[in-house]
Amino acid sequence: MSESTLNLTLKIWRQKNATDAGAFVTYKLDGVSTDSSFLEMLDLLNLQLIEQGEVPVAFDHDCREGICGACSMVINGRPHGPERGTTCQLHMRAFRNGDTIVIEPWRAKSFPVIKDLVVNRSSFDRIISAGGFVSVNTGAAQDANCIPVPKPDADEAFDAAACIGCGACVAACKNASAMLFVAAKVSHLAMLPQGRVEREARVLKMVAQMDEEGFGACSNTGACSAECPKNIGLQHIARLNREYQRASLLTGK
Amino acid sequence: MLSSSLGRKVVMALTGLFLVMFLLVHLSGNLLLFKEDGGAAFNAYAHFMSTSPIIRVLEIGLFAGIIFHFLEGVSLLRKNQQARPTRYAVKSPSSATWASRSMGLLGGTITIFLVIHLADFFYKSKFATPEPGVISVIDAEGTRDLYAVVREAFAVGWYSAVYVACMVGLALHLFHGFQSAFQTLGLSHRGYALLVRRIGLLYAIVVPLGFASMPVYFFLKSLN
Repeated sequence: MSESTLNLTLKIWRQKNATDAGAFVTYKLDGVSTDSSFLEMLDLLNLQLIEQGEVPVAFDHDCREGICGACSMVINGRPHGPERGTTCQLHMRAFRNGDTIVIEPWRAKSFPVIKDLVVNRSSFDRIISAGGFVSVNTGAAQDANCIPVPKPDADEAFDAAACIGCGACVAACKNASAMLFVAAKVSHLAMLPQGRVEREARVLKMVAQMDEEGFGACSNTGACSAECPKNIGLQHIARLNREYQRASLLTGK
Repeated sequence: MLSSSLGRKVVMALTGLFLVMFLLVHLSGNLLLFKEDGGAAFNAYAHFMSTSPIIRVLEIGLFAGIIFHFLEGVSLLRKNQQARPTRYAVKSPSSATWASRSMGLLGGTITIFLVIHLADFFYKSKFATPEPGVISVIDAEGTRDLYAVVREAFAVGWYSAVYVACMVGLALHLFHGFQSAFQTLGLSHRGYALLVRRIGLLYAIVVPLGFASMPVYFFLKSLN
């Protein structure tokens, strides 16, 4: 694919801090390589802003190889932009010369904006702290046949464990619901022998924390799964529902 | 359990599926309207439905189901709206169906429909004092001529049109609601999720179509 350059108009959400009202600011950016990633395009804009003596745009990024889930931004109305995957894996060849690109932070009560495109996702951390772990040391890796795990269970658990907690599910959901995230975590641990021991307490605590954080309820629209960079499926939400109902019936809570 | 967001969705799913079953019973009974006997069979059926003690008990359950579904739905809608105080500036075409994103709006349409429907038929069939222009009594057992009420009501074009429009709303509500209820109850698996969706689709087409055919039938009949 031959490299070419794009001249773009960017409308970016600028917000000084958590209490600032914030507004969109329009920038012109010329000479963007189609081979650069979306985040590299923002780097280019920030260089231009620094040269002009302006405050660069704050955005979350870390690994830039599609596994950390830091790059929380809604691009032209879609979490992580027009392609499946994280923002760092989005390349400028997905856009055309002369395009206007609107960039906003995740929008949810439970993800307050810290600055510009950076949101506070501590609510996810608190959900994990509530029960998304195995609370005893399970020791070193066991011999392969010590703890038999059926292959389909292992595969399903691994698919759920692929969740990187980026929050695109919340950003995409019309209710800003965290169901897919919680479902992935509950599903992953409930399907493996090490996690199964605490499955009832875990699901009850994690759901209670999810509600306390102010996320919406699940309307089963499927928008979350469609935007998930790790392809977490809706069957995990069904399993979360089953796990929750089972735990409620068994513990009376 | 029932106070959490997941528990409240279980209430929505269970009451929803109960109402789904009711619709099937309601439709099958109302098919008697199509019997060309001047309404005798339909009136006898309506008389049984409004006097049988068993039906009375089920009726209380039905109203409870409607009320819980409505109240829980409104409360969830509010919670969901509060979860996103700031909206996005750009709305891209969603990958989710319009019906799935508009269950509140569709539910509201059905609620307004229910108020009209209950006032015009349920009230007249059971509580209104029989008098000319309202409803007449046709035999010594007190059987009311509900058939005539239906016939007269649907002879009015705009009224029939409102009914048909509301049934489109019901169809969309059922299209998402049917399979959504199974997902909420955890009854979803790759093995049979497609089957549930197909049954839901069939149900969402057949049942509202059956109901909508009644105003259309009486309106066309009134033209002759």
